[in-house]
Amino acid sequence: MTTTQRIRVLIAKPGLDGHDRGAKVLALALRDAGIEVIYTGLRQQPAQIASAAIQEDVDVVGLSCLSGAHNVLFPRVVELLREQGAGDILVVGGGTIPEHDIPGLQASGVQALFGPGSSIADIVDYIREHAPQRS
Amino acid sequence: MPAELVEKMLTGDQRALARLVSAVERQSAEVPEIMQRITPMLGHAYCIGITGPPGAGKSTITDRLTAYARQQGKTVGIVAVDPTSPYSGGAILGDRIRMQQHYLDAGVYIRSMASRGHHGGLSRAAKGVIKLLDAFGKDLIIVETVGVGQTELDIVAAADTTVLILVPESGDAIQTIKAGIMEIADLFVINKADRDGVERLQRDLQMMLHIRHASDGWCPPVLGTQAHKDIGIVELHEAITTHRRKLSETGQLATRRQQNRRQELLDLLQQQLMATLTAQFDDGEAHSGLLEQVEEGTVDPYTAAQQMLVENDDLWR
Repeated sequence: MTTTQRIRVLIAKPGLDGHDRGAKVLALALRDAGIEVIYTGLRQQPAQIASAAIQEDVDVVGLSCLSGAHNVLFPRVVELLREQGAGDILVVGGGTIPEHDIPGLQASGVQALFGPGSSIADIVDYIREHAPQRS
Repeated sequence: MPAELVEKMLTGDQRALARLVSAVERQSAEVPEIMQRITPMLGHAYCIGITGPPGAGKSTITDRLTAYARQQGKTVGIVAVDPTSPYSGGAILGDRIRMQQHYLDAGVYIRSMASRGHHGGLSRAAKGVIKLLDAFGKDLIIVETVGVGQTELDIVAAADTTVLILVPESGDAIQTIKAGIMEIADLFVINKADRDGVERLQRDLQMMLHIRHASDGWCPPVLGTQAHKDIGIVELHEAITTHRRKLSETGQLATRRQQNRRQELLDLLQQQLMATLTAQFDDGEAHSGLLEQVEEGTVDPYTAAQQMLVENDDLWR
């Protein structure tokens, strides 16, 4: 029997902004790169995102936020995943993230951040290269 | 490793369940051991299949049925399948979007699955995943197929009760008497029943149901729902319960499950034999040069196939 490892990514929109064009564009690009993308919809609480990530056993969580609340919401998702024994999931973020917020977010466990001007291809490559290898 | 995970899963650990689902999904070598361990725990859950064309409201109905079952104190497992791209192998799994009210409910486990090249409306691993949810202790398992057309009928061999969701625009009397999906539903639902055409479709469906030969003594009801407004959901749940009672009382539930298990075994054997054969072809194992002769067109494939099966009897050992 063939064993197929396919990368699974949860794309989530924490917080209150209703702009998901970016999230959808990225979801399509990931799909075209052979990745399975689970999209959970707008206005999610960090706890909902963590729960979906665990139930879906994803390799990567991609957070998109355009409301400015990323410094609160992104680290909270990482924290909740760690509390529930899922700290091995790679968490990345995107949206309107100012340069000077990036070091703090990375220190909190959001491993890569893609602010305005990021290229789709770079994000896809990053996810492909850094998605954790599962046994 | 699978032993530990199964133990953890049986104590109610969702993360362990999720890891096991992934193992089954990628057809890992550990699957036989996992299945062996959980088989004694199976048979408690009742499985409802939700199928129908894209955009008919399968996810919304799944969501509302789940909410109702939770009010009755039942735990629910959901398997929601969406299509894999035949080009890239990727997928967008978006059924969860309609089920957000259950994200923080520990009594509901939702798993999105990609069809991964399988064409029957489910993914190949779906049956194994249903078993895991059963062993996990879910009372009700709702399986939502990919958006289907006419011949994606996998769901019948996986679910105890199959519900076909249609919309008022789903077609005329001729569509309702065509073979395939119209023959397999235990219950018909016309969702979005506030739109024009619902009476006509209902009449056409009922006519088809009355003139066809119902060998099992069950005439599928035709229900109207407006799932987004919760209209008709209680009635749908009741109709499912009635069907379930009828299957149990007549012994058909046991017969159906028996047939399904038999089919599952056949499917597995077919898959594994195909994998072996494909590998042999890819490895260029010559089959006494027959493969090359067929490729060149000097031997016909019918004769070659017969001869290969005789020569290749180690396949069966």
